[in-house]
Amino acid sequence: MSSRFSVSTLALALAVVAFAGCDREERHSRSKPLGETVPAGESPDTILPGGSQPPAPDPRAKLYDNNAPAIAEGQFLYTRMNCVGCHAHGGGGMGPPLMDDEWRYGGRIDQIAATIAEGRPNGMPAWRGKLTDDQIWKLAAYVRTLSGQPSKDSVSSRSESMSATTPQTLTPREPVHNSDTAER
Amino acid sequence: MKQARPATLLLPLLLSSCDYQSYQSTFSDAATEVRNFNILFVVFLVICAFMYVLVIAFLVATIARRRRAHANVVEAGKHHESDPLMRTGLIAWGALVATGLIGLAIASFFTDRSMASAAAHEKLSLTVTANQWWWDVQYNASDVSKTLRTANELHLPVGVPVRITLRSNDVIHSFWVPSLAGKQDLIPGRENDITIVPKKVGVYRGQCAEFCGTQHAHMALVVNVDSYGDFLKWWQQQLRPAFAPATPLAQAGYNYVTTGPCAACHNIAGTPASATVGPDLTHLASRRSIAAGTMPMSSGNLYGWVEDPQSIKPGSRMPTIGLEPKQLHAVVAYLETLK
Repeated sequence: MSSRFSVSTLALALAVVAFAGCDREERHSRSKPLGETVPAGESPDTILPGGSQPPAPDPRAKLYDNNAPAIAEGQFLYTRMNCVGCHAHGGGGMGPPLMDDEWRYGGRIDQIAATIAEGRPNGMPAWRGKLTDDQIWKLAAYVRTLSGQPSKDSVSSRSESMSATTPQTLTPREPVHNSDTAER
Repeated sequence: MKQARPATLLLPLLLSSCDYQSYQSTFSDAATEVRNFNILFVVFLVICAFMYVLVIAFLVATIARRRRAHANVVEAGKHHESDPLMRTGLIAWGALVATGLIGLAIASFFTDRSMASAAAHEKLSLTVTANQWWWDVQYNASDVSKTLRTANELHLPVGVPVRITLRSNDVIHSFWVPSLAGKQDLIPGRENDITIVPKKVGVYRGQCAEFCGTQHAHMALVVNVDSYGDFLKWWQQQLRPAFAPATPLAQAGYNYVTTGPCAACHNIAGTPASATVGPDLTHLASRRSIAAGTMPMSSGNLYGWVEDPQSIKPGSRMPTIGLEPKQLHAVVAYLETLK
């Protein structure tokens, strides 16, 4: 009797401890801190002189990567800011596809944010000054869902707005390769 | 519990605050539909209340009867034969219920008909598109130069049947101006419509009546019912492009607004700012409120809203940009010229 009691108590205690893991996301409606969330100055590009290593990931990546509200907001911006016009819904067109495994300028969230903020040759406009840094990070968080990078529990199985694409939860996860050349 | 009962009886007194003249009220008589609906409501209320009182009276009578040891009659199922009065009573009861239901059906039919007939005489066509969390308003006209776009505020001419096409860009919302019309949902991917015939000049408030996200409570709109002359004057004024900035400060604001982050979402007719993601700002300063009825239009509120919308309406799509004080002064100075 007493051993069964202690086993159930232990199971209950473990279940309570497991609740501590229920910390999936943080909703933040402002950039933190204001005005300096996009990696500025030092660009975390993949093109680096002398074979040096890219800088360490931006600590703010944690705020946006795998963050469901940020991804949803990013999806809103992706259509409203007409990213669709060149990249389609990930398949590409005038611009490169975003759903494949090749990243010309790096597939880390801070690298994508830098690409959006600074623009890239051959047509990608710079969004710094047009979008806030917070918005750029949210867009970057969404762009990563197109190749299935974020965890499946942070993406939505049903888009908040009208959408013709497959649910993000069904997007296959692509490996991340840095492509060395800008031309294919 | 015993003290609570008299207090409950006082609750209907609260209804006295439902002033039918007010800004936002379902008891208004400012539009034909609402007037007809209120009549229908009273008809339903009176008939249903009468029947309810009757049923309760019978119930009480039955309990009293049972106490007088007539219990066996009903249980034996012989009340028809044993009591001719009961038989007549049951037939009369059936007839009464049928008459009441037919009466309600007729009343409801005529109310429906009056709404349909208003829709057939449409004179002005509007499209209202709901967004999280504001209203995009477009006045349609066969002459394209007469179509205009504004946000969060409607102007309607009194006595003219207006057909409002309702759309949504994201989730389901509901258009509800209680003083002028019933609720109608705005559903993404389809069109609903509602016809209003405003009967009284005045200012009425509407709001979203379907939970649509964090800022659902701050999704209101203002409806101005004007005389026909005033309405045309407003229309002409709204058709004009935005005024050019007159002061150096407003010019600095113009430069920032039309080239900076504001222009990524907002449209100001006659300037390079021509995006359609956010509310149209061409005649922002002529509206009564900002941020979809969140605050009245004033310099102070504009300062607060432009500087930090996320503290006023957290989660809204207008980002906190973090303007420098100098830029903020200029932007507000420019926005205030947009009469």
